[in-house]
Amino acid sequence: MIWDSLQEILFTIKQNRLRTILTGFGIFWGIFMLVLLLGAGEGLKRGIESTFSSDVRNAIWFSATKTSLPYKGLAIDRYIRLTESDLVAIKQQVKGIDILSAEQQLGSSNREPVYVSHKNKSGSFPVYGVAAGYFSIKKFQDYHDGRRLNDFDEYENRKVVVIGTKVAQALFPPNAPVVGQQIIINGVSVMVIGLFYDPGWEGRMSERIYMPLSAYQKTFGKGRYIQMIAVTPKTGSSNKRLVEQISAVLRDRHQISPDDKNALRIFDMAEASENINATFFAVNLFLWFVGLGTLAAGMVGISNIMIISVKERTQEIGIRKALGSPPIKIIRTILTESLLVTVLAGYLGLIFSVGLLELYNYFSDTAGLSTAYFKNPQVDMGIALIALSILVFVGAIAGLIPAWHAARVSPIEAMRAE
Amino acid sequence: MIFLEDIHKYYGHDASRLHVLKGITLEINQGEMISIMGSSGSGKSTLLNILGLLDSFDQGQYHLAETKISTQLTERKAAELRNRFIGFVFQSFNLLPFKNAIENVALPLYYQGISRKNRNYQAEAMLDKVGLGDRATHMPNQMSGGQKQRVAIARALITDPKVILADEPTGALDSQTTEDIMQLFKDVHAEGKTIVIVTHEHEIAEQTDRLIWLKDGNVDLPPAEVMASAERS
Ligand SMILES: Nc1ncnc2c1ncn2[C@@H]1O[C@H](COP(=O)(O)OP(=O)(O)OP(=O)(O)O)[C@@H](O)[C@H]1O
Ligand SMILES: [Mg+2]
Repeated sequence: MIWDSLQEILFTIKQNRLRTILTGFGIFWGIFMLVLLLGAGEGLKRGIESTFSSDVRNAIWFSATKTSLPYKGLAIDRYIRLTESDLVAIKQQVKGIDILSAEQQLGSSNREPVYVSHKNKSGSFPVYGVAAGYFSIKKFQDYHDGRRLNDFDEYENRKVVVIGTKVAQALFPPNAPVVGQQIIINGVSVMVIGLFYDPGWEGRMSERIYMPLSAYQKTFGKGRYIQMIAVTPKTGSSNKRLVEQISAVLRDRHQISPDDKNALRIFDMAEASENINATFFAVNLFLWFVGLGTLAAGMVGISNIMIISVKERTQEIGIRKALGSPPIKIIRTILTESLLVTVLAGYLGLIFSVGLLELYNYFSDTAGLSTAYFKNPQVDMGIALIALSILVFVGAIAGLIPAWHAARVSPIEAMRAE
Repeated sequence: MIFLEDIHKYYGHDASRLHVLKGITLEINQGEMISIMGSSGSGKSTLLNILGLLDSFDQGQYHLAETKISTQLTERKAAELRNRFIGFVFQSFNLLPFKNAIENVALPLYYQGISRKNRNYQAEAMLDKVGLGDRATHMPNQMSGGQKQRVAIARALITDPKVILADEPTGALDSQTTEDIMQLFKDVHAEGKTIVIVTHEHEIAEQTDRLIWLKDGNVDLPPAEVMASAERS
């Protein structure tokens, strides 16, 4: 009996193709557009996110260049070079620091890349010496194999490195083991112990090689100089205060005028993060706006189609009632019909739109076609399903009201309707 | 079979209320074939719809095959009684356009819970009987008016109802087809069915056992010229 009813419903759906297609298309389009828009918004979000490095968001970076003011008898345009003893001094004099670390780059003055080779393959990459704690700041690197550098590597002067995925691509054949292999940097053989991916600068941070600072200084003879000092605050201490105090220490040690705005370069991630957060807030707001707008349009659309298509059936309802259909059966039939069509169409809309997003991802990945500010568009399945349920529900209600009305009026009145 | 006493029907409310049936008393016996005539707007369709439980009435007594029909009859109960006791034939056929002849004829059996195979079998046999065996799978828009009306009659007969109610069944047909359809009604009547036909045509009324004349919502004596033509036949 239930099967028979279902057959009757499927038959009606099949025979009234235009109505079925219109109804289905309403839901299909609503969900399709919603998923594409939400996916695109998410891509926008991820794109913006990917332009920021994997550093923890509250780190402060210090580096030094030339002085721009004479001070205590010293001339203007004097080069300031930070050293490892600056680290010690900061550690002793400034409270409220969580992580204190540093990096030094080979060919640091002009940042030229360094010749690196493995067997018969070679390439040029920046090589960094990094002090203990550095990877607590570059926390969000994604390690594909091996491990990150740790403090023991630093204390024991191990000649080991971690390399980015772009480096591995250049030096190793595809799928060859990377961790445990020796590579040659400026004629010095070092062992690879980790392979990472860093999304920062749209992946260009994955073109780097990192080595423990102590071994680095010894191997490449950079003395005690360092290029950057990185600091994160303990919870509760403010970035602003740290910037002030550390600047004071460095100025004092290197005889820089307190008014010299140029000699010390300070990059406070927290400040940048604030801008990022404001951007994300705007993007999110936009997404909600677009999403709810599309959903509302879909709701209006499906309601219209349902109301019209049920109205159009008033005469059919009258005939069926005259022939002995109980009113409840009419309502049940129309409801089942609309649910079947809308759920199926919504499901198709979901598949097509998600498929389209995945297709984009696939091609943009394989073709390396990554655009700034747009990356990996994707949609939250939970939200998509909720949206689909809302549309199906609204459609059902919109169809139910005229169906209810048609089922209640006398058959003769329903049959007279044109 | 059908027993009406002092049936009143109003349309509309309050000031615009229209008194359409003003106390109809009427008895139709089992196996009778009667016609209802009267000028346009006299309430023929209204009366037939009340007989067929397609519309409600406001006052009076109605018994249909020993069942008392209340003025408060629920739609659910009415649907069940229609399905079991009454077959309808309308001027505009009222076939479902997306179903072929067999499926249209089988529809009332669907509401009785009879299996698809069984009801299609019965429907086909019924189409044979009304002379449309070769059009069984045609859609309504592929059929002539007369053929459509045959399908409608087959559909009215499929549940083996006690009464066939027809509202101007030949109103949309030419004279030759009208004759054919009337022959079909007479054949059905010969098998013992009670038939009520609303019509404007004297030729049709003449072929029935009895004529009921409606005038302004009341049963009345037919006008002289109608009496005369009835006597001639
Ligand atoms: N749904 C309705 N609402 C209001 N008035 C109605 C309705 N149906 C019929 N009437 C009125 O009731 C009266 C009787 O109508 P009915 O259809 O029964 O006439 P009829 O005798 O069948 O006429 P015809 O020969 O033209 O078919 C008419 O005055 C008509 O206007
Ligand atoms: Mg009429």
